[in-house]
Amino acid sequence: MADVAVEVRDLVKQFPNPGGGVVNAVDHVTLQIEDGEFFSLLGPSGCGKTTTLRILAGFERPTSGEVRIKGRLVNSVPPYARPVNMVFQNYALFPHMTVFQNVAFGLEMERVPKAEIERRVEAALALVRMAGMGARRPAQLSGGQQQRIALARALVKRPSVLLLDEPLGALDLKLRQEMQLELKALQQQVGITFVYVTHDQEEALTMSDRIAVMNQGKVLQIGPPAEIYERPNCRFVADFIGETNFLEGTLARMEDGRASVEVTGERMQVVGLAQGALHLGQRVTVSVRPEKIRLHTTPPQVTTNCFAGQVQDIAYIGSDTRVVVRLSPSLVLSIWEQNRISTLDLEATFTRGQAVWVTWLPENALVLGE
Amino acid sequence: MSTSIQTTDDRRQTTALRSWSVFRLPSSVRETPGLVLVSPTMLWLVVFLVIPLALIVVISFAARGQYGDVVYTFSLDKYRALLDQQYLQILLDSLWIAFLTTVLTLLLGYPLAYFIARSGTRWKSLFLFLVLVPFWTNFLIRIYAWMILLRSEGVIAGVMKALGLMQGVGAQLFGLIQLYTPGAVLIGMVYEFLPFMVLPLYTSLEKLDVSLLEAAADLGARPWRAFLRVTLPLSLPGIVAGSILVFVPAMGMFVVPDLMGGAKTVLVGNLVRNQFLVARDWPLGSAASMVLMVLTLLVTLLYTRRFGFGEELRV
Repeated sequence: MADVAVEVRDLVKQFPNPGGGVVNAVDHVTLQIEDGEFFSLLGPSGCGKTTTLRILAGFERPTSGEVRIKGRLVNSVPPYARPVNMVFQNYALFPHMTVFQNVAFGLEMERVPKAEIERRVEAALALVRMAGMGARRPAQLSGGQQQRIALARALVKRPSVLLLDEPLGALDLKLRQEMQLELKALQQQVGITFVYVTHDQEEALTMSDRIAVMNQGKVLQIGPPAEIYERPNCRFVADFIGETNFLEGTLARMEDGRASVEVTGERMQVVGLAQGALHLGQRVTVSVRPEKIRLHTTPPQVTTNCFAGQVQDIAYIGSDTRVVVRLSPSLVLSIWEQNRISTLDLEATFTRGQAVWVTWLPENALVLGE
Repeated sequence: MSTSIQTTDDRRQTTALRSWSVFRLPSSVRETPGLVLVSPTMLWLVVFLVIPLALIVVISFAARGQYGDVVYTFSLDKYRALLDQQYLQILLDSLWIAFLTTVLTLLLGYPLAYFIARSGTRWKSLFLFLVLVPFWTNFLIRIYAWMILLRSEGVIAGVMKALGLMQGVGAQLFGLIQLYTPGAVLIGMVYEFLPFMVLPLYTSLEKLDVSLLEAAADLGARPWRAFLRVTLPLSLPGIVAGSILVFVPAMGMFVVPDLMGGAKTVLVGNLVRNQFLVARDWPLGSAASMVLMVLTLLVTLLYTRRFGFGEELRV
């Protein structure tokens, strides 16, 4: 078994509520992050992911629970004595120091000999492809360059764990996508455990080995990106990661993991994979991703998960065409058709008001309890 | 959206300008619009700075008439007179007291400014308000209050006596701050100038991003080292601005040494005042104030050369 880099057990952080009482910013969170892992905390703003990270860094003290880094209990260890380093959201570079002095700061605090500081700073700057920029001031650098310096400043300390608080949030889309791949490559190169906080699901899916999805202070699901996307364990995760169609109903039948659901208010029965422990008669939500539904212009020869409808809307977005199909007065589905064939005649495929049939395989629908 | 508003605004402005051009200015003025635009400032400077200063310069080279009037000649006599040992001592004392006042207000003001800057939003404005409250009372009355406190039979002495502290070291300590000693003058000066130090310090400390201190801690700096390496250098503009705001007026201060120093403490400010109002030797007073001005300017210049101009002083 790989060594555990970070262990968080039953962590609670309470803040006083302005309206009186307390709020649990972090609500009984338990995590295990392995050595060398790229681990993301993903969730909407205010979900407690940044507070969790700040507790790992030592800037916040937990109300209760345990935090161990490399097996050592660090609950009452101040930030300057922890073997972790942080890349701040706004970079927090020292404006009165040069790039070199910024990166050297952490080593000076450790009283590393001067010659070694010089060598290590140069190596760190080279690692983030900023060699030769040592004499500049942070204000003379672009956002992307500042981001690299912040990274170098943290990595030069050779921390056991690197904490990153939405480090790409301030960059524009193109640069962000570039940096995502670069960060991932860098992490594999240096082999340091990364704990990465983001609200951008695509970013988390692209880079992470594992993701913890958080909402309202709680961790809802932990798993590799594919598992989070393909097998969300609750409605929130299915909704937050990617896009999906929800059908609500009651569980009518269960047969080796396959669940049949009576859709509320419709004369429809949907079959999907049961997620978690469900019981008959329970209210459930069926989640079907838009790219997993197939559209037919003629009635297909299947009986399960096959429904007739009418094209209500078509949106061409380049790689896909997004089609909205109305199955009943109160039920519409969003379907993404990949544009595999290059054509300018969009009407050739679907037109508004056209009668269509939708189908999906039972394993592409997830039946979630509430 | 905002661009469209701006263009409408611009258009309105151009139209306004066009209608104004009916009243044409003489061509010589039109060709130097910059000078015309700053002319109120120039006028202000001439009336309030250049003319009074020129008067003092002229008078400092004049001589004193028999009845205290000014006889306009050109002589360096008054400057020569200032080279007297007694006057040089006064200049040195003034420099020393102003320097001590600056250092003490800095040492007292920095923690206070730091504390206010780190307080919650609601408390901040209250504390700043409290720093400024003394300005609402007449300066003289506040100095008299200090005199009541520091008199040899005053409030502080009374309390110390009642507590049995007025003997040995206690009595010696009180002797240092007793009214009509240099210590009392220093207390009065520090009291008077403290807000001038606190406000610029507060401004620069308030701007300091907390995440910089977190970054320093994260990189292994204990609080004291983080302060020395991050907080202090980043508040340098406030320190420079505050020091100038305290040092310059402290050099010319005469009310506090007059009232709290008694006859014992004479500073340049007192010298100038006495020459004008008591000895009626305006030329000597003018020469002394010229020396004071040049000296202050010199010290300030040296100081800003070393530490840069306080950003807080720049508008």
